[in-house]
Amino acid sequence: MEKLSGGDMLIRALQDEGVEYVFGYPGGAVLHIYDALFKQNRIQHVLVRHEQAATHMADGYARSTGRPGVVFVTSGPGATNAVTGIATAYMDSIPMVVLSGQVQSHLIGTDSFQETDMVGISRPVVKHSFLVRSASELPETIKKAFFIATSGRPGPVVIDVPKDVTSPTELYDYDYPETVSMRSYSPATKGHTGQVKKAIKMLMSCERPMIYSGGGVVQGNAATQLTEMTRMLGFPITNTLMGLGAYPGTDKQFLGMLGMHGTFEANNAMHHCDLLLAIGARFDDRITNTVSKFCPYAEIIHIDIDPASISKTVNADVPIVGPVDAVLDEMNRLLAPEIAKRSDNQKSLLAEWWEQIEGWRRQDCLKVLRDEGDTKIKPQEAVQALYKATKGDAYVTSDVGQHQMFAALYYPFDEGRKWINSGGLGTMGFGLPAAMGAQIAHPDDLVVCITGEGSIQMNIQELSTCSQYGLPIKIVNLNNGSLGMVKQWQDMIYEGRHSHSYMESLPDFVKLVESYGHVGFKVETIDELEPVLNEAMAIRNKLVFVDVLVDPSEHVYPMLVAPNGSMRDMWLRKGVRT
Amino acid sequence: MRRIISVLMENEAGALSRVIGLFAQRNYNIETLTVAPTEDETLSRLTLTTFASDEQVEQITKQLNKLIEVVKLVDLTEGDHIERELMLIKVKATGAQRAEMKRTADIFRGQIIDVTQNAYTIQLAGTSDKLDAFLRAIPEASVMEVVRSGVSGLSRGEKVLST
Repeated sequence: MEKLSGGDMLIRALQDEGVEYVFGYPGGAVLHIYDALFKQNRIQHVLVRHEQAATHMADGYARSTGRPGVVFVTSGPGATNAVTGIATAYMDSIPMVVLSGQVQSHLIGTDSFQETDMVGISRPVVKHSFLVRSASELPETIKKAFFIATSGRPGPVVIDVPKDVTSPTELYDYDYPETVSMRSYSPATKGHTGQVKKAIKMLMSCERPMIYSGGGVVQGNAATQLTEMTRMLGFPITNTLMGLGAYPGTDKQFLGMLGMHGTFEANNAMHHCDLLLAIGARFDDRITNTVSKFCPYAEIIHIDIDPASISKTVNADVPIVGPVDAVLDEMNRLLAPEIAKRSDNQKSLLAEWWEQIEGWRRQDCLKVLRDEGDTKIKPQEAVQALYKATKGDAYVTSDVGQHQMFAALYYPFDEGRKWINSGGLGTMGFGLPAAMGAQIAHPDDLVVCITGEGSIQMNIQELSTCSQYGLPIKIVNLNNGSLGMVKQWQDMIYEGRHSHSYMESLPDFVKLVESYGHVGFKVETIDELEPVLNEAMAIRNKLVFVDVLVDPSEHVYPMLVAPNGSMRDMWLRKGVRT
Repeated sequence: MRRIISVLMENEAGALSRVIGLFAQRNYNIETLTVAPTEDETLSRLTLTTFASDEQVEQITKQLNKLIEVVKLVDLTEGDHIERELMLIKVKATGAQRAEMKRTADIFRGQIIDVTQNAYTIQLAGTSDKLDAFLRAIPEASVMEVVRSGVSGLSRGEKVLST
């Protein structure tokens, strides 16, 4: 058997796992690992400028490909800097393996230099974690970590590696296991057939159905099955913020996003439906509004890989635990003959329901209102113009805030994995590094980061990494000179007291990006918008930053009325509610 | 409602902290907790009691099941079960109180396991209610120190929790 040092084993195991990229930053505790990395060329390492960005890059890589993202960080501050990115991946169920250096085994617990209890500090935000005790454990531990991260409900796994474990002086037998099994971990592989049949019966006998699908369909690679089912049934469908793209956003059956900033038609259809088919979605508080008023007329079927997501906040009448792709495959097979038998009465009930929905749709809740002679750019128009300039075919990442909601509402996605944002944790600073991860995974595709002047500054140092690796990302900065979503709430709830939501001393973004060797544009009027965006998207080999000065008075609408509102209670425009 | 959740889990470093952390993180309470390796050294058996509604206990058991190191678990209070808790109690035992304390311990089938001129240490095993009753039966002022093990339990009959 081959003899390798701990450090060489670690790198070899990653190679054997098929890892192509590692995002990381070296430091004392991982020097042996970095030396082993130096001696090979199968795995490419991307040197970041801050460890938080490394985790977001791995995350963007994972979201855009479905493959796990891999991160190297050193002990202490390297590890703690990674925690925000790990939590981001955890909340959105993204497969990721983080290898963190740890001080030497004999120093653990002595408050030694750059020591932190990484297993402890990351525990609430990982799917699982390991502290490696001996180099001989490395191959199996790494195999287990990838298995856990990518199976069942995916999530981040931390492997904490004390420095002595990777020491180059001691050699061990290396044998990478092909498979791994754990008696305490066996995620479901198919849905319960009895439950599936019950669901089919309900789908065929309801009058006002609604399909509500979430990030689970994207991460579970079930977009094709979902689309097939929805088209076959002819039912209306809405996607959560995390689920956009799982069903084509430009399709007639799609009612837009739902929830806090969902469309008038999607939220109303949710409220009035008599059957809700929830797929890979988790009834988040940003969806339900007041739980006791949620879907008051509906029976609920809930398909999810995670049993703990079922009946957590909203009771499911028919729970189906299983991988969404397998469950939907089975349902589609059983549905086809049933649909062929659908009665005329059933068909006319569905047509009536669609008529009601079309009535809501005619409200045109996303219509952008513009005063005559006003040359200011509305942020919504900037997103619409970007959609045109990219022909709707870009990977789009976002940060967090108003621009995120404008992107979700005004850039329809026709495919899963094209829309990448931090929905669960809501991490500002996510957009740029996530775009970098997506660009590295898809070097020939157009990757755009829609951001704001607040969020972009939370990881702006990564412009330097983009220079180093020649990443031709397009950054569209919806610059309203303030923390827009905070300001919107202050306008609506705090009588316009803008407590610390205004940023003085913004940099000249054009000059800033130029100093890194990138291209910068600034757009101030509506006439310039489309030509500049077209020009920016046409520059394929350079990072281009477009600073779009947008109307700072815009709010995101619709917006659910809270507290105590239901899903049909919405603000539609400033001062106008249902 | 009081629940007894019995968990079979991998006997590995860090497994216990994951269970405890889960309760803290999700705002569930732990009333008592006891844990030790089983006859199979690779496994630990953890028993905890908590106060939770039906919905809460459903979430607690689901979330516990998601922990990678948890092999199996059961809510013992769902069915017939046996529960026991051990209490060691150091009491003042002087003068007339000395004989009275011995009699009360006998009534509760307690054993005096350590004796000095002025104190007894009594060992009592039973349900938590029984231990509470003993504490109520003796003068409060006589209690010097109490230590309780937390509840352990098993299902009645031949049903077992195993891998």
